[in-house]
Amino acid sequence: MSSLALLDVRDLTVTFHRKGARPFTAVDGVSFDVEPGRTVGLVGESGCGKSVTSLAIMGLLPRRGATVGGSVTFEGTDLLTLSASAMRERRGRDLGMVFQDPLSSLNPVVSIGLQVSEVLERHRGLPRKKAMVEAADLLDKVGIPDPRRRLSEYPHQLSGGMRQRALIAMALACRPRLLIADEPTTALDVTIQAQILALLAELVRDTGTALILITHDLGVVAGLCDEVNVLYAGRVVERAERHALFARPRHPYTNGLLASIPRLDGARGERLRPVRGSVNDNIPWRSGCAFAPRCPNALDVCRLVTPEMVADGPGGLLRCHNPVVHTEEVTA
Amino acid sequence: MTSLLNIRRRRVDELAETAEGGTSLTVDALRRMARNPVAIIGAVIVAVFVLLALFAPWIAPEDPYTPFQVLKDQLRADSIPGPQPGFPLGSDEFGRDFLSRLIVGAQQSLVVGVMATLIGLAVGMVIGGLAGALGGWVDTLLMRLTDIMLSVPSLLLAISIAALARHPSQWTVIIAVAMVSVPIFARLLRGSMLAQRASDHVLAATALGVRRRTIVFRHMLPNSVGPVIVQATLTLATSIIDAAALSFLGLGDPDPARAEWGLMLGNAQRYLDVRPELAFYPAVAIIVVALGFTLLGESMREALDPKNRR
Amino acid sequence: MTESTEPTSSTVDGDVLVDVQGLEVHFPIKGGLVLDRTIGHVLAVDGVSLRVTRGETYGLVGESGCGKSTLGRAMLRLVEPTGGRVVFDGTDLSALRGESLRRMRRRMQMVFQDPLSSLDPRQSVESILVEGMRAHGLDRDRAATATRLRELLSSVGLPASALRKYPHEFSGGQRQRIGIARALTVRPDLIIADEPVSALDVSVQAQVINLMADLQQEFGLTYLVIAHDLAVVRHISDRVGVMYLGGLVEEAGSEALYADPLHPYTRALLSAVPVPDPAVEDRRERILLAGDLPSPAAPPPGCRFHTRCPWRQPERCDTERPELREVLPGQRVACHYAEDIRAGRIQPHEVRPELVEAGATGPLDTSAAGPASVTEILGGP
Repeated sequence: MSSLALLDVRDLTVTFHRKGARPFTAVDGVSFDVEPGRTVGLVGESGCGKSVTSLAIMGLLPRRGATVGGSVTFEGTDLLTLSASAMRERRGRDLGMVFQDPLSSLNPVVSIGLQVSEVLERHRGLPRKKAMVEAADLLDKVGIPDPRRRLSEYPHQLSGGMRQRALIAMALACRPRLLIADEPTTALDVTIQAQILALLAELVRDTGTALILITHDLGVVAGLCDEVNVLYAGRVVERAERHALFARPRHPYTNGLLASIPRLDGARGERLRPVRGSVNDNIPWRSGCAFAPRCPNALDVCRLVTPEMVADGPGGLLRCHNPVVHTEEVTA
Repeated sequence: MTSLLNIRRRRVDELAETAEGGTSLTVDALRRMARNPVAIIGAVIVAVFVLLALFAPWIAPEDPYTPFQVLKDQLRADSIPGPQPGFPLGSDEFGRDFLSRLIVGAQQSLVVGVMATLIGLAVGMVIGGLAGALGGWVDTLLMRLTDIMLSVPSLLLAISIAALARHPSQWTVIIAVAMVSVPIFARLLRGSMLAQRASDHVLAATALGVRRRTIVFRHMLPNSVGPVIVQATLTLATSIIDAAALSFLGLGDPDPARAEWGLMLGNAQRYLDVRPELAFYPAVAIIVVALGFTLLGESMREALDPKNRR
Repeated sequence: MTESTEPTSSTVDGDVLVDVQGLEVHFPIKGGLVLDRTIGHVLAVDGVSLRVTRGETYGLVGESGCGKSTLGRAMLRLVEPTGGRVVFDGTDLSALRGESLRRMRRRMQMVFQDPLSSLDPRQSVESILVEGMRAHGLDRDRAATATRLRELLSSVGLPASALRKYPHEFSGGQRQRIGIARALTVRPDLIIADEPVSALDVSVQAQVINLMADLQQEFGLTYLVIAHDLAVVRHISDRVGVMYLGGLVEEAGSEALYADPLHPYTRALLSAVPVPDPAVEDRRERILLAGDLPSPAAPPPGCRFHTRCPWRQPERCDTERPELREVLPGQRVACHYAEDIRAGRIQPHEVRPELVEAGATGPLDTSAAGPASVTEILGGP
């Protein structure tokens, strides 16, 4: 679509087939693009398909049991058509990924230094000695104190925050042009989360890498993303530039989420306005809007006609028959 | 505020009309097993084996214990009569009907396998239950004991126990095989009880002020027996093999008339070049039955695993 | 949680329900090749004193490993305290044994973080709910019990048909409602809720938070809510205690704490919480703490926070552990220089992160007792 786009995801669909169960479509026609140096957020609750989307982009879904449709164009190449080995080559070199649980994403029996330098050896062809020196530089860059000593240590010897830094160092080892961070701070404490988010923001600013940030935490999105995609039940329901999204959430789901979280700077003692029901109440997209049973704005049409994605406001997209109207007061 | 509550309650009551459910975990697991072809194959094998064993005296076409003159007449030093009218699998080395002996052998295997497993299960669960529920030095003592038993290879242990008996009989085989499985059951139950003891729902029951005994019997035990029952099914398979092995080695009931797969296999050894089928059939029977129990046990483990739910 | 006025001072003795005095929980670290020897202690809770007034919601915040969960459990004697005492409505809990302790448990209940693991998967909702009543002889009359269960379920927003179902048949939010209903069956005075919403989806969290507020009003409950989410704690609590490495570093009315945090750690913590509003995020100034939480097995001497404190002063901070003292009315702080920092007489400076050794993440982190490295497991060099 856009010639500027580094990554262009079109109609991405992921369906899981499991023995003895009906096929389950986790991602249902997701489209978005990422420009160099931009941070794009994918936000949603558990089961909305945000993590599956990232795994599909990285080609990390199992070949058996999952069908991936649509296209993921990275600098003109459709990643979905690449062979397993070509994709392996791309990962680490062009695409980096940071996962939620840093401990299980690191190899427990290989030292940190070796894990970082291996990436450098494999993708940049550096000799071991040089790679080790570079690895120490990388660890230093992501804020790990005393990096030379850390090289010989093992993942379990590092704290959660340090492990996540090490993982970011690995993802950055080959200066990828796209970094995907899947819930990078969910397993961490707030003060450590603040450190990691600051680090990610700095990296995007300094290296010009594009970042896809996947999270359930709207607060994290507000501080870091340029553009936000809100996912619900496998589809993007709203996309907007972050200031617009938080100031004027148009989709009743986005609006409901924002109204339901207590804010540190909000008025206290005010009752929260939760989104009613749970994802168990969803109806399938093909027979209407999945969110309709939980939606305070739902009309009859919402249970009959599947809403299409339409342009809404400057640069925004919206999938809703009856969006929230913002006059001077936010109405729910 | 109260009116809000009331509205919510009414909505909830409306929901209640349409709600259903009430499937316990056990029912859920059984349902999942019924959909699994592996479980069905295992269950069919086991069912055939159990039916065969229960009704062996009626199913067996001939008397398995008395030699037949027709067959004895054909016995030579270098040949044993093969299949012929009235004796589909031919004769054994004494002129008895081989098919009937094979069928009655199922009974022997079932009795030994089930008894040995039940005794092992009972003793193992008492030991494991005490260790898991009481903890502390009782736990340490009992577990060191099972460690010692586990450190001896199982068949060797069974042989030593069986060899100790002054008058070998079917019971010595059963006891010997049972003792082998005791430490396994004990460790397993203790392990899952300890995991239960540290679990949130046991903590919740403690916080609720539920008595210790109730916690052990209502929460810890029922949630711990799943893996033990799976293990018992798998143990049935090994028990049958172990019992056959003991008989094969001549440590079982010395009565040569007894029809027992292991014993039959042992005796057939001498006639391998004369009539290898005499070894083949009991061996296949042992393997198929053991496989049946193993398939059933494995599919049970899969069905009980909460990760596979839905 | 309710719109009640905040107590002006924590020292109003008027109606103290729980009085925690110098509570300590030190877990032994076992080691040794053949025999288990105690080679050290994890100071999970190290001298905490606080009071919870009847009818209020006391929020306890801190990061993982600060000992807040252990403190909650020790208050209920689900973990044995190694020092100090807990006085519940005039009764010293540490003096209770056996049956008298069991009876006392009726009055103080707990709500857990993971609603699924805290419900016995093999029990129907009905037997889960009846259990506590039976343990305390509250289910004498069958019809009355049935009515009570229905009432309770409807109070927590579940249909009566839920009784026949099993925990795995519910969603996360519904399970948490069952957990809350179970705590209510025995008509407790105090409920300690350990991370009651952190395992739930964002849109469902608010449902449970509102429910807890309603129930507090309906049944006159006192809450101690333990959570890492400061926004949630601020929303539901009347007073908030902040923990760091086993100790209480600050305690204040919820508004005051957020408006005027006095302890450097509280300040850093508050500044680190993301706010879902880009306009706010863009102009906020963050106090980024350097490094990690030190190990609770070897807490730093002096002020526990001095290794990471941007306002740390020489000498005194490193050697003398500050006592919790009332600096403003109703606001207690454990910092030697709280007044100077507040007045701006001490400016923050840069902190070099110190190395924190492995196993520093949790009080029960077993790696402290495990092998020192992977090579040790493998028997390598």
